[in-house]
Amino acid sequence: MTTSETAYHRLSSVPSPPVLSVEDVRVTLGRGLHRARILDGVSLTVERGETVGLIGETGSGKTTLARTILGLTPVSGGRVLVDGEDVTRLGRRKRRALRRRGVVQYVFQDPLKSLDPDLTIGESLTEPLLLQGVPGDEARERALRFLGRVHLDEQLLDRLPGRLSGGQRQRVAVARALVTEPDVVILDEPVSALDAANRVQVLSILQELKAAGIALLFVSHDLGSVAGVADRIAVLHRGEVVEVGTTRDVVTNPSHPYTQLLLRSAPTLRSASADRAERAALRARLTA
Amino acid sequence: MTTTLTRPATTSAGSPAPDQPAPTHALSVRDLHVGDPSTGHDIVRGVSFDLPRGGVVGVVGESGSGKTLTCRAVLGILPEPFAVTGGSVEVVGRDTATLTPREWTGLRGSTIAAVFQDPASYLNPSIPVGRQVAEVLRVKLGLRRRAARERSLELLAAVQLRDPARVWAQYPFELSGGMLQRVLIAAAVAVEPQVLIADEATTALDVTVQAEILDLLAELRASTGLALVVVSHDLAVVAQLCTEVLVMRDGEVVEQGPVSRVLHDPQHDYTRLLVREHEQYGLERFLGTDGGELR
Repeated sequence: MTTSETAYHRLSSVPSPPVLSVEDVRVTLGRGLHRARILDGVSLTVERGETVGLIGETGSGKTTLARTILGLTPVSGGRVLVDGEDVTRLGRRKRRALRRRGVVQYVFQDPLKSLDPDLTIGESLTEPLLLQGVPGDEARERALRFLGRVHLDEQLLDRLPGRLSGGQRQRVAVARALVTEPDVVILDEPVSALDAANRVQVLSILQELKAAGIALLFVSHDLGSVAGVADRIAVLHRGEVVEVGTTRDVVTNPSHPYTQLLLRSAPTLRSASADRAERAALRARLTA
Repeated sequence: MTTTLTRPATTSAGSPAPDQPAPTHALSVRDLHVGDPSTGHDIVRGVSFDLPRGGVVGVVGESGSGKTLTCRAVLGILPEPFAVTGGSVEVVGRDTATLTPREWTGLRGSTIAAVFQDPASYLNPSIPVGRQVAEVLRVKLGLRRRAARERSLELLAAVQLRDPARVWAQYPFELSGGMLQRVLIAAAVAVEPQVLIADEATTALDVTVQAEILDLLAELRASTGLALVVVSHDLAVVAQLCTEVLVMRDGEVVEQGPVSRVLHDPQHDYTRLLVREHEQYGLERFLGTDGGELR
C-alpha cells in the first residue's frame, strides 16, 4: 500500500513552462458596501509533476483561488495560465472546450459533490470520456484501469455513490478526476472528512500519482495533512500568499508569523501546541 | 474575559446525595458489550476503563472500530437495534443499567454531556444561540428567565467568546464553526456535568481554532474537575489532551494505558501502524526523531 519515498523524476531534462501559473491574481466579490477583496495579488506556480500544498484557513480565499483556476470566478486583475494558456480571458465556449479536454480536474472535500448520486460509479467514470468522444469500450476499459489505480475493486462499477463508504467515494472522485489524464488536479480538502485509515490510503494514492508525474495542487486548512505529500507549500492568509517554500523549510523554519502560528497551534506526537500567551503574541505580530 | 466556571454549592439532580461517600470514579466502564440482541452479534466487545474526576481518557481507532458506539452506550443513546448486551457503565457511582428513560434524561446534561463534530446540526437554526443555552438552564435547573439569561451570558464568556452579549442574540448561521463549537460546549457544561464526551469535537475546525478549543477543554477540566472522554482520529490531539488512551479496532480495545507509553512506545502492531502512519504523513516527519518527550 505504501509507496516508495523517492521523489518524482522529471519526465525530461528540457525545461518546460509550469503546468499552472497564477500571476498576481486579484478577485473582488460583491458590490457597494459588501464589496470585499478576496484575493490580493496572489502568485503561485505548479511545475509538471510537482505537488504544491496550498494552506489556508476559513476565509483565507483558498477556495476562491481554486475556483479562479477553474475559470469559475472572474478575476479583477492578473491571469491564470494553464499549460501556457490564459484561462481568465477565455470566452464561454472556449472555457467549456478546455473543461471538456479535462486538462485541469477538481476533487472536492465532500465526494458526494464530485459524483452524481444517480449515476453508477462506472457511469461517473466513463461520462467525461464519452463527452470527449472516446468510444464506449475504450472508456469502460479506462474507467476500470483508473479504478485499479485508486485500489478499488471492479465490482464497484455498478454501484451508486450512496452505497460506498466515505473513503471509497473519495477514491472514486480521485479516479474520476484522473480518467481524462489531466495535467493538473486540484484537490480541495481531499482527506479532511476521512478517518485515519482512509486518509492514509488517499494520501498514499496521491503519492503514487505524484510519482507518475501528475501535478497536484493540494488545498487544505491543515498543514499536517499536506506535509507528507507536498514538495512545496504556499501559505494563504487573508487573500495573500504570505510564504512559499519547500515543505521542509516551511515546516522547520517558518518565516512569516502566520505560518508560525499555524505550526505552533498544531499539536504533534512529540510536542503540545503553544500556549495561549504564545499564540496571542504571534497574532499580535500578525496585526502589527 | 477570564471568567472561569466554578461548581456551585448546590447539588443538581443526578448527583449523589451529599451524605453518601463520594464515588472514586466519574465514569467506570466494565467489560462493556454492545450489539444487536436479536442476532446476538456484538459490535463492541469488552471495553473497560475508569475515568477519575478531572481525568482525561482518549479513544482512537478507525471508523467502525466501535468508539462512537461505546460513547453512545455511555450516554444511553444507542441507535436501534443496538443495546448494551453485557458489562456495566457506572456514571459517578451509579449503574446505568437500572435507569428508567426518565432517569436517563435527568442524568444526561446534568451529570454527563457530549459535544460532537458538527456543532451546527445540534442547534436550532431559527433561535438565537444564547437563548438555546438559557433554555438548558431553565429546563435542567429550573432557573427563571432573567437568571437563565445572566448565567448563559457568563457561560458564553467562560468559553472565551468575545462580546458574549452580541453572540447571545445571534443565530447559528451568523457564527463560525469555532464559535458554534464554543456555544455547544457552553450548553454542554451549563449544568456542570461531571463527565464530558468530546467526539471528534475539533475535527472540522481550523487548526488555530482547534488550539483554542483544546485549551478551553483543558481549562474546564482544571477549574471544575470535569472528566473528559476525547474521541479523535488525530493521535496528536489525544497526546496533548489525554493522560490515558484506548486504541480500538473491530470493536475491541487492542491496547490501553498511559498516553506517554501507548503513543510513544506502542506494543500492539495496530497501534504501531497508527503511530507510524501519523509520523509518515504528519508534521513529525520533518521534526526529527529526537524531538523530545511526549507531554
